[in-house]
Amino acid sequence: MIEWVTLHILEKYNFWISMLIIIIGLSACIVKENFLKKLIGLSIFQTAFFLWVVSLGDVGRNILFTWGLKTQTPPIIWKEAVENGYIYANPLPHVLMLTGIVVSAATTAVALAIVIRIYQLYGTIEESEIIEKEKEFEKMGVM
Amino acid sequence: MDLVEQFPVIIIGLSMFLAYTMLLTGYLNRRLPFFMSLAMNSFFLILSLFILNHVLTVGPIRYWQGGWRPPWGIEYVIDAMNAYLLVIVISMVILGLIYSRGNVRHEIEERKHVIFYTLVQLMAAGLYGITVTGDLFNMFIWLEIASLTAYALIAVAGGRALRPAYNYVIMGSIGACLYIFGVCWIYSVTGTLNFADMRLLLPLVYDNRAVQMAFAMIVVGVMIKAYIFPLHLWQPDVYTYAPSTISSMMASVHVKVMFYILIRMFYSVFTLEFIKHFIGLDLLICWVAAIAILAGSIWAIKQRNLKRMLAYSSVSQMGYILLGVGLSPLSPWGLVGAVAHILNHAIGKGCLFMCAGAISQQEGLKDIRDFGGLGKKMPYVCAAFTIAALSMIGIPLTAGFASKLFLINASLDAAQYPFVAVLLLSGLLNLVYFWRVIDQMYFVKHKETENGVEVKEKGKSLPISMVVPILILAALCIVMGIVWLTDIPMPLINHILSNLRMGVTL
Repeated sequence: MIEWVTLHILEKYNFWISMLIIIIGLSACIVKENFLKKLIGLSIFQTAFFLWVVSLGDVGRNILFTWGLKTQTPPIIWKEAVENGYIYANPLPHVLMLTGIVVSAATTAVALAIVIRIYQLYGTIEESEIIEKEKEFEKMGVM
Repeated sequence: MDLVEQFPVIIIGLSMFLAYTMLLTGYLNRRLPFFMSLAMNSFFLILSLFILNHVLTVGPIRYWQGGWRPPWGIEYVIDAMNAYLLVIVISMVILGLIYSRGNVRHEIEERKHVIFYTLVQLMAAGLYGITVTGDLFNMFIWLEIASLTAYALIAVAGGRALRPAYNYVIMGSIGACLYIFGVCWIYSVTGTLNFADMRLLLPLVYDNRAVQMAFAMIVVGVMIKAYIFPLHLWQPDVYTYAPSTISSMMASVHVKVMFYILIRMFYSVFTLEFIKHFIGLDLLICWVAAIAILAGSIWAIKQRNLKRMLAYSSVSQMGYILLGVGLSPLSPWGLVGAVAHILNHAIGKGCLFMCAGAISQQEGLKDIRDFGGLGKKMPYVCAAFTIAALSMIGIPLTAGFASKLFLINASLDAAQYPFVAVLLLSGLLNLVYFWRVIDQMYFVKHKETENGVEVKEKGKSLPISMVVPILILAALCIVMGIVWLTDIPMPLINHILSNLRMGVTL
């Protein structure tokens, strides 16, 4: 039992934590009616995903279990690291996620701009109220 | 190094550079961005024709960014499938631009015109980028460029378009995120992001759960973007309320490029061996496609708004392409049908959306039931609409007939007879909903004229720049219908089949 827990949960704690946050974000995205809360859910979802990818750069064993043993170094090569054969972190996931963060910031900006326009038009950002107002507008023949 | 091998990167670099130059010159002269975009895209069309010629005669083009070799650097790979799609995308963007000249004045405020054309050019750059890239992460970046500009372009008209645009932002971002999620899963297993490298490394780890998970995530993520039936919820509202130019561009090229990602994943990254490795996976895809075809058609019958009806019709037509992809492990004709339908749906649905925009611009009509007597008022547009609608239904000697013929051939070849029934039934359903429109146009008299009331002239006649693209696309529907049945596209099809490693030629 303890072996199973260690193998599947403690050793892969980064997977479990980021998956938990991803589920929180995704459920907020789907369940919430408020457009801003949806956007917050989306941001949480994307950020948790970045967190997971960054933790993939950890190529040795997890830090939790290598405490005091051979720790990883940043991906920079200097003399001592080469002599002692240090394991260095994989830099690629970090670089990819830098780009990913830029994309997520752009998405948030576009979404916020649309939310502002929606608020100016309908005076609310609750989806159900907006749908009611759309029906009203349609009866009045405005839109 | 051959000069042609530089063309893909010239197209990408120049179109990104052009987009920002357009924004700056827009301050000098508001008309200039449109002409710049049109001129440069025409230049790209010539380059892409050279690329297609080179790919068919010499072989695939491989361009290494900055001279870094593939496992480390970003690689651009152009084989027959890419080159074919690139020509379609660029020519549809040019036709959309010509059409937008008259349409944008009607639907969008004048102060937004410069930014509108800039965004269109950026979206085009994103689409060209997806088409030429050979790197999984690079593809994600282009995907986001194409999607973010699409969100903004849908919302640019304001009003009813805002809520659908917001829903699309949320759904599209989840889709893109699922895609990159899957990519990172397989990266964590194989340690590479290059298509060709990934294809070599993946067969060793087919039974790894992370790889299977990655496949599921990538497929679902791209399916949200390509609105395959259960994931289409954002699409009908977006297509209904977006500016007509954008509806037309999205239905004709944006979604095709999204589908191209799926095809690239199926054939060049995971390969058919992966799909054959899991028994029943191909049939599952086929049944999803069959449900999409029927459900989209049935929902389309219920609609009264013309653009919304066309949107649901697109849901059903995307099912055709997916059916072709699903049948391809069993029969090469499936892939031929999918490849043919990418072009046929692009010209057909592009023409239909342009007609819908033209009708709403000149007569102010959106509801199908008000279309009585339209055939006399707008003879050219209605004739083009009828031809494109017949092509969608699949009447012989139109483009849609050829792709349906290939798909039926594939289902017979694979001995999957239920799909023959699905295809025929869907042709019948298409006839039902398109015939309602054609019936109203030509055989129902206008209500007001029946009462003897003088018909009020609502709008001016359409500018010639809007009618020309519609007529070109309608003519292409007939020309392609004949071309597909001859031997002319055979070299292209054989190259696509061998480049995507189907292992057979026709």
